[in-house]
Amino acid sequence: MNRRPLVNHTGSVLIFGATSAIAADVAQRFAAGGATLFLVGRSEEKLTALRDDLLVRGAPKVETAVADLTEIASHERVVAAAKQSLGTLDQVLVAYGVLGDQRASETSVETTLRDWQVNATSTIALLTLLANELERQRFGTLAVISSVAGDRGRQSNYVYGAAKAALSTFLSGLRARLSKAGVHVVTIKPGMVDTPMTAHMKKGPLFASPARVGHDIHQAMLRGRDVVYSPWYWRGVMLIIRLIPEPIFKRLPL
Amino acid sequence: MKRNVPQPPTKTYASWGRYPKAEPCGVIPLDWRDELPDFAALPASVLPYGYGRSYGDSCLNENGILLDASGLRRFIAFNDTTGVLHCEAGVRLDDILSLVVPRGWFLPVSPGTKFVSVGGAIANDIHGKNHHRGGTWGRHVRRFELVRSSGERLTCSPEENAGLYRATIGGLGLTGLITSAEIQLKPIKSAFIDEEQIRFESLDEFMELAQESVDDFEYTVAWIDCFVEEGRYIRGHFMRGNHRQAPDRPSDASRALPLVVPFNLPGGILLNQYTVRAFNTVYYHRQFAERVHKTIHYEPFFYPLDTIQSWNKIYGDAGFLQYQCVVPVENDNAAIKEILSRIRRSGEGSFFTVFKTFGEIASPGMLSFPRPGVTLALDFAYRGSSTLELLESLDAIVRASGGAVYPAKDARMSAESFHTFFPAWDEFSAFIDPCFSSSFLRRVNGEDAS
Repeated sequence: MNRRPLVNHTGSVLIFGATSAIAADVAQRFAAGGATLFLVGRSEEKLTALRDDLLVRGAPKVETAVADLTEIASHERVVAAAKQSLGTLDQVLVAYGVLGDQRASETSVETTLRDWQVNATSTIALLTLLANELERQRFGTLAVISSVAGDRGRQSNYVYGAAKAALSTFLSGLRARLSKAGVHVVTIKPGMVDTPMTAHMKKGPLFASPARVGHDIHQAMLRGRDVVYSPWYWRGVMLIIRLIPEPIFKRLPL
Repeated sequence: MKRNVPQPPTKTYASWGRYPKAEPCGVIPLDWRDELPDFAALPASVLPYGYGRSYGDSCLNENGILLDASGLRRFIAFNDTTGVLHCEAGVRLDDILSLVVPRGWFLPVSPGTKFVSVGGAIANDIHGKNHHRGGTWGRHVRRFELVRSSGERLTCSPEENAGLYRATIGGLGLTGLITSAEIQLKPIKSAFIDEEQIRFESLDEFMELAQESVDDFEYTVAWIDCFVEEGRYIRGHFMRGNHRQAPDRPSDASRALPLVVPFNLPGGILLNQYTVRAFNTVYYHRQFAERVHKTIHYEPFFYPLDTIQSWNKIYGDAGFLQYQCVVPVENDNAAIKEILSRIRRSGEGSFFTVFKTFGEIASPGMLSFPRPGVTLALDFAYRGSSTLELLESLDAIVRASGGAVYPAKDARMSAESFHTFFPAWDEFSAFIDPCFSSSFLRRVNGEDAS
């Protein structure tokens, strides 16, 4: 088993959806520890701004690739470029996704399927490719941001939740398979986080900062955890929500 | 998601004093410096907002739009050899410290809290315990990028767009949006400060200590107990220090856990005349010896209150006002004596009173607050008109003495006072961006409806 130190990871880190607030925070933590990074995102300008920041924080080398990961055809090119840049894939974080608009999805098949393509289909396609790379490599950590929303379908965001449920289930099986090859699969289930993705939502006490969640993800990756709720209390909250019998649950305004 | 449409605020945007309460009509979070809204197309005036550490209303824009710059929190470049740091305007000073102290660099000027943004530090032209040696923050800003509502992105430095450079330093966020800045840091050998604390029992003693410390101490500040009996003007502790010259050992690293005041204490119940008086007496006597030498980490030396997060909430929901003024040293410090005596007679005690001399080093900023003299900073729980009347009477003393009151901490000075304190206003006002405004600006221009 390939155990990494908990603070300074001087190996390689590959991040998909790197310019999201949570992923950028994780990247900053790895950079401060001296890791080499490869960032994938949609915007050249944002990737450059993040790259400069990571170089100042202590990353010896940061390279980037622009890609729209919903286009599955781009995956092979990007993964090849990352391998070329990093050598080995020690730590991989898949962090892209879209919250979507539940109301819009209810009246539009197109919207539903488009969001599903981002959060489920394309992510699962990418994970299939990455899993095979890591399995061949026989070490490494593959962390993926799922969501507490995937733990139970709620009327307020079940389209997003269903995609995340598919992702969590996929990761559960993948974890069991890759554990034979010494590869860790980490499922991250954040609760509500105060990021640009939730900028329109009223902030209450349950909202966590990207830094809080970034810390949890960084530690979970370094420690090779299995399923991590962030912040930790969501594990209890979701346990209760899962225990509510369906006849009652369907009447709740959740 | 496009950010060109202001959203209703999804969290509280207050100032540190929590007085006055002034809600914006909308907020635009800024996440990328190349992805900014078109200010001119917005339905109301805009004002940049960082972390809400200004005390009064200079960071508020009632019924206007706040540009939340906390998303602009990335470093751009750092040169270990020259100590020049280029970063986005929402980077906090604590972000800078944790990056640069291990590499042997330090902030050129440290205010009383490290939780302020670089943009805010420029807009308020902040000062610290080394004013007599280093001047204000603005002196160490090599250049910054300013985005105007015309869409122009201007590099401002002493050579380029010099007028806007001088207007923006201390310009209270009114000249445009600062997106990034280049700061000259200063080299240090250690994260520790060699500190000396000396008790003093009169204003003359304080003045002597301040005078004798100018050349040999990088940092000086004093805390005073303003409750001593009438006739004796003050007593207090004079603190002075220098960066330790010996390099640190690994065992030196230690940090205190942060304390948090989680909610507004009802009615500021902890703070009344008696507790404040008792605190000040105890604080004065905590040091038995007349002089104490010690070596302490830079955090407790510069930022003692940062270990208590949200300490402002001890004043309760009504909030508090901080009053910071500077008055010239002349006439045997008549103005300072009058101010202290006026406060003592009012019975409104200040929990924590800070005293310091400012040096002669001029700032490039047109509206910069520090000027040669003695500066005094006091906290007052907001108790309605009696508090406002007291502060107005202090303004009168400051006006007569030729001093000034610090806009970053102000929530109530009159338009007349402001224009007396800041005669460069006429020159400055030509640089105000037509789409930018603040509650402070409207107040000192006499424009507020209320």
